[in-house]
Amino acid sequence: MMRFSYSRPQTIAEAAAALAADPSAQVIAGGTNLVDLMKYDVTRPGTVIDINGLDLRGIAVDGEGTLHLGALAANADTAYHPDVESGWPLLSSAILAAASAQLRNAATNGGNILQRTRCYYFYDPSTPCNKRRPGSGCGALNGVNRIHAILGESPDCIATHPSDMAVALAALDAVVRVEGPAGERQIPFDDFHRLPGDRPDLDNTMERGEIVTAISVRPQKFGQHHTYLKLRDRQSYAFALVSVAAAIRLEGDTIDELRVALGGVAHKPWRRKDVEGEFAGRPATRQTFEAFAAALLEGATGHGQNDFKLDLAPAPSSVPLSRHTPVPRRISPQRWCSDGPLGFSHRPAPQPRRR
Amino acid sequence: MAPSVSHIGQPRNRVDGRLKVTGAARYAAEYQANELLHGYVVVSTIAAGRIVAIDTREARAMPGVVQIFTHLDRQGVSWWDRDWQDDTAPPGHPFRPLHSDRILYDGQPIALVIAESFEAARNAADVVHVLYEVAPHQTDIHAAEADQYEPPKKREGVPPPPEPRGDLDQALAEAAFRVDAEYEQPSEHHNPMELFASTVIYEENDKLTIYDKTQGSQNAQQFVSAVFDLDDVKVVNAYVGGAFGSGLRPRYQLFLAVMAALKLKRSVRLELSRREMFYLSYRPITLQKLSIGADSNGKLLALKHHAVQATSLFEDYQEAVVNWSGLAYQCDNAAFSYTLSQVNTDTPGDMRAPGAATGVFALETAMDELSYAAGIDPLELRLRNYAERDQNMDKEFTSKALRECYAEGAEHFGWSKRQPTPRSMHDGKELVGYGMASGFWDAQVNKAEAKVRLLADGSVEVLTAASDIGTGTYTILAQIAAEAFEIPIDRVKVSIGASDLPTSPVEGGSWMAASVGSAVHLAAEAIKTKLIHRANRHHEAFLPIASADLCVEAGMVKKTDGTGPTISVAELMQAAQWDAVEETGKAGPDMLQMQKYISYTHSAVFVEVRVDEQLGVARVKRIVSAIAAGKILNPKTARSQILGGVVMGVGMAMHEEGLFDHGTGRIMNHNLAEYHVPANADIEDIEVIFVDEHDDKVNPIGVKGLGEIGIVGVAAAIGNAIYHATGKRLRTLPFTIDKIIS
Repeated sequence: MMRFSYSRPQTIAEAAAALAADPSAQVIAGGTNLVDLMKYDVTRPGTVIDINGLDLRGIAVDGEGTLHLGALAANADTAYHPDVESGWPLLSSAILAAASAQLRNAATNGGNILQRTRCYYFYDPSTPCNKRRPGSGCGALNGVNRIHAILGESPDCIATHPSDMAVALAALDAVVRVEGPAGERQIPFDDFHRLPGDRPDLDNTMERGEIVTAISVRPQKFGQHHTYLKLRDRQSYAFALVSVAAAIRLEGDTIDELRVALGGVAHKPWRRKDVEGEFAGRPATRQTFEAFAAALLEGATGHGQNDFKLDLAPAPSSVPLSRHTPVPRRISPQRWCSDGPLGFSHRPAPQPRRR
Repeated sequence: MAPSVSHIGQPRNRVDGRLKVTGAARYAAEYQANELLHGYVVVSTIAAGRIVAIDTREARAMPGVVQIFTHLDRQGVSWWDRDWQDDTAPPGHPFRPLHSDRILYDGQPIALVIAESFEAARNAADVVHVLYEVAPHQTDIHAAEADQYEPPKKREGVPPPPEPRGDLDQALAEAAFRVDAEYEQPSEHHNPMELFASTVIYEENDKLTIYDKTQGSQNAQQFVSAVFDLDDVKVVNAYVGGAFGSGLRPRYQLFLAVMAALKLKRSVRLELSRREMFYLSYRPITLQKLSIGADSNGKLLALKHHAVQATSLFEDYQEAVVNWSGLAYQCDNAAFSYTLSQVNTDTPGDMRAPGAATGVFALETAMDELSYAAGIDPLELRLRNYAERDQNMDKEFTSKALRECYAEGAEHFGWSKRQPTPRSMHDGKELVGYGMASGFWDAQVNKAEAKVRLLADGSVEVLTAASDIGTGTYTILAQIAAEAFEIPIDRVKVSIGASDLPTSPVEGGSWMAASVGSAVHLAAEAIKTKLIHRANRHHEAFLPIASADLCVEAGMVKKTDGTGPTISVAELMQAAQWDAVEETGKAGPDMLQMQKYISYTHSAVFVEVRVDEQLGVARVKRIVSAIAAGKILNPKTARSQILGGVVMGVGMAMHEEGLFDHGTGRIMNHNLAEYHVPANADIEDIEVIFVDEHDDKVNPIGVKGLGEIGIVGVAAAIGNAIYHATGKRLRTLPFTIDKIIS
């Protein structure tokens, strides 16, 4: 960890000015991600701008029924807020699927959507990583990539965005409010995070000097027809291998509106509004949902160790939607005894797999 | 003295519990000293090659930096391997930190930064620039396996594979049912709560007091004395925050901290980071191959077990992996083999039930496979093949209550509700699976001494260099002494965890309670004998009584039959003008008995898993672990030991795996966010049962030790339950979701 200077601005304008003025400056809020990254020598801010003095902790519903989450409101306070629990339960459950109670108490909403990837190579400064050190290469592409992206990745980066909250916000068509030297603007959630392309160092579309001030979510119309489902390597305190935020509105037996965002599969929450649109008006059957999952995952590619995600992702993408319909066997029984010749098998070199 | 109190067999709270929860118990990195210096280690980022240059100029110029040590400026230390070989070292050339420019594994310590603060040291460590010449490395055992070899020199204390017996090939050919399968286990990495740390207090003339995280203060003391040729070294490990075998060998922070303290003539603290824990000793990557043949009734005819394990380039670390297959079940035709393959890692090391956790996983999975092949209930299959004798050693068991483990475990679990066919049990959208396995571990006694001192006020002191790595050693030693003198447990003061106390072995192998506990018991008995002799010889009323008819009971010397004269111990000591009566007890293996008998602990593990049919998510719903381990000194600390072992078994089955990038030879998930161990949510119901097992041969107090047995068999039982639930047989650990849906 390097030495750094520290400032604690009292207004958003001061904070934005300080951030814009110093290219090496970084913002700290809950500190649950930045401090780790500094300890691991992944990032070396020359200045740490502590924004905890800013008045951004509010959680409120306005006259039009839109929810406004202050950037500095804690994840736990958000998830357990009565208005959020009653009006945006999908958001509550996504937040509570993440991290641990201690982390949720400290982590903020702004920090949550700005958290960096958990790619092993990003976290290990002795390895190449285009996101951490542009131009150094991608260690994960032919390395340990069990947790990596299968959609929207580029030859330069196959990292995923680790947030659960962001997946729900994507499904809920949230808006991120930012403020910078050029003033305020609102970024639709789908445009907030970006795919890696040839600039994986950029996680999102914020301009230098901009600070997240709030996240706004319009009232949702899905009643109880929503779910956040997270598949992971242990039942708590693990990042998603695949997660899904799904919400559906039915008109009789017909799909009126369908929104599905996937986590753990791409550099941003993965949502295909075009595919959702195509499925509006179709019958709400298991077959429809499976076809939807297939379309949502179109173009998915494995990189070796994460090939299993191609098989893992379809079920959570369709099952929550068709909870009332029977689903066929997925786990095929195997013979009890191998009949191959003795001798330890050598694993073949992983080949990229395309579905 | 207090009226008669029973302590042994009672569920006592830890005597050191309050110290621990209040933070008063101090650990190695918590000791302070005047002008204490702090270290931070720089580790290699390549797996093989040579250091061409280390540029420390920028780091040296940083504020607070005192010195940076590299291989270029290490000081004179012993050249002899034997000085570097601690009590638990495997054969080979022990790793010597900063010895040369050679890189043997990724994460190897290559420089030590010493600064006035921890932050300054860490800060400077980031700007130590290293230029390497990279050489080819190998971390993939599948590739290294081609060069497997039998270790020419055997590791002390680890039995080689058993001799072959009978005619294996013919028996296999005649078998009605056969299982031939391969099993794979990844590296598992030690992550006790307390990180490795040494605080070296330097005094004039190179006198050192070292607070070290170790499982053996005397082992560490002898290592430091031999390597640095010092004669005034004391090592203290009063409290140890978990170790599980990782602290058996002195770790490199001890060497480096001592080196820096001697060179700078100042006190030094060096604590490793969590990341460095992943580059240290680990449970070795293992490939196993088993062939089992059985007759039409499921009786074993033939068993063949081969294992190849990873070791480092410089030491032949060894475990008893295949041996368990030779003693678990009656089988007259068997062959065993065990080899090593070298990989570019640190030398693997002992991790809770080393060898057994690994070997029994394969054996007990194969037995489960056989049960389905033969159409016999898995529990019934094991009963049909019950071993009444250890065929490996051709010896009798001092005791073996495994049948009782099976019976009581099955009863508590509800094994009779199991439907034999895989995939036949459901609960809602979940498939339900029942699985079971047996467990085995050695019940050993090691050479140990303990001093017991009875004071005039009736209180008792116990002194021995034993360690308490969180297992409850303080508590059980206090119980044994309190029982002997029939006093309340708080009247016993236990002093352990320092190298200048009476000789104790390292805390490992599940032998601590049996060895040191026996020594305390023997010392207490010797004190009683001394008191009896004193009464017998110096007090008139006792002169006509044969000493054999006398006893010490409830603080009184009296006749065993309760008639005749009595004298209180206090009166006796006062008359003799004794401030204290002190004796040393020495325990050790009974060589004569060992010619005929051998001792093991046993377990039966029953597991229910639930597998979400649609999503492939598996969870371990409940576990019943029935244990036969002789006398249970303290059911409370004993249960905690088994619970911990079972949880670690869940981790082995479901989570733990070092993810190597074989291209760079580096472990990539070197932190506790990405190296998964069970979280609370992964652990549901665990029931521990101790079955009655009387053993008057294993040692004077009839206990067998509990440190390891809890983990053995758990992974197999879970895998067997997953098979029963899904019909999918998993043979590669851990059983992550990708394997379940594949």
